[in-house]
Amino acid sequence: MTSEATATRTVTLEVFRYHPERDDAPSFQSYEVPYREEWVVLDALNWLKDEVDGTLSYRWSCRMGVCGSCGMMVNGRPRLTCNAFLREFMPGPIRVEPLRGFPVERDMVTVLDDFMGKLTDVKPWMIREQEQPVEEGEYRQTPSQLADFKQFSMCINCMLCYAACPVYEHEDEFIGPAALALAQRYNLDSRDQGNAQRQELIWSDEGIWDCTFVGECSAVCPKHVDPAGAIQQAKVEATNSFFLSFLPFTPPGMGR
Amino acid sequence: MRPSNEPFFWAMFSAGGMVTALLLPVLVVITGFLVPAGVVEFAQLESLFDFWPVRLVVFGVVFLALFHAAHRIRHTLKDLGLRSVATPLAVVCYLGAIAGSVWAATVLV
Repeated sequence: MTSEATATRTVTLEVFRYHPERDDAPSFQSYEVPYREEWVVLDALNWLKDEVDGTLSYRWSCRMGVCGSCGMMVNGRPRLTCNAFLREFMPGPIRVEPLRGFPVERDMVTVLDDFMGKLTDVKPWMIREQEQPVEEGEYRQTPSQLADFKQFSMCINCMLCYAACPVYEHEDEFIGPAALALAQRYNLDSRDQGNAQRQELIWSDEGIWDCTFVGECSAVCPKHVDPAGAIQQAKVEATNSFFLSFLPFTPPGMGR
Repeated sequence: MRPSNEPFFWAMFSAGGMVTALLLPVLVVITGFLVPAGVVEFAQLESLFDFWPVRLVVFGVVFLALFHAAHRIRHTLKDLGLRSVATPLAVVCYLGAIAGSVWAATVLV
């Protein structure tokens, strides 16, 4: 295709619009956007905001799949709009909506307080019973100890997994995929000693047991984290501990 | 926060999933294809049940497979919108699995 041909081609974007203070209900507004082979949905939205409608609201920052700000529903699937190429959806139309399962602040901007609260609740940071003095050097780790948790540490908190999760949409209390995967990331880290502090919440009905093993969280993750796998691992640990708690003694090597 | 009783049901679900994945295809091939094709004599197959450990293993397979199915159906129906009746739904699903297991036991004894 010549560049002239691509420049004159357009694609229809059906964009979710909602200003809670002004509108009674959300609606969709259609825009014609120039089609360029190298454009992603975020480029099209930025073009719209610059050239057509400055009131359009959405979050974005890095444009390179690192910051996790630009997650939206694109044709019904949770995507980072910075790596969703227009060419994937041709001939269109392309429907752009806010992430499912979150309250809408305005247009594609959602309220993140629930997720942020749950993220802190699982204590996704290094917990030590006693900090080792700096003079003793770093906490050392073998490559295989690193491999145990590394994939879970790639999470960028973009919340696509929450938008994909049918449980989170209906169950307000559910801690959800990313927070559970990050809890597992620290629980599996050989330098961390916070397992017992995280357990009560993680192993509760609102934690791993609300998960109904749908697996969409892992399917939509742009960083190839496997939250469904993390939840399964935690379920195995919780189940082992549940049955071991009936024993009058703790078998060697099983103490937590 | 109350500890969950879900580990018990999940353990049955896991065991059932493992057993179902490993043994059910074999049983389907034997009873669904090899017996009708005349490769395996039905009477020969039936005579295996004279040996009590076989009956015990078959009961275990049926029991775990039913619990696996009950747990899966329970959570799928929850996802499909039956959240408001989650507890009665769980009772109905697991009672179904127990009823099926009791029936299997009466057939096998």
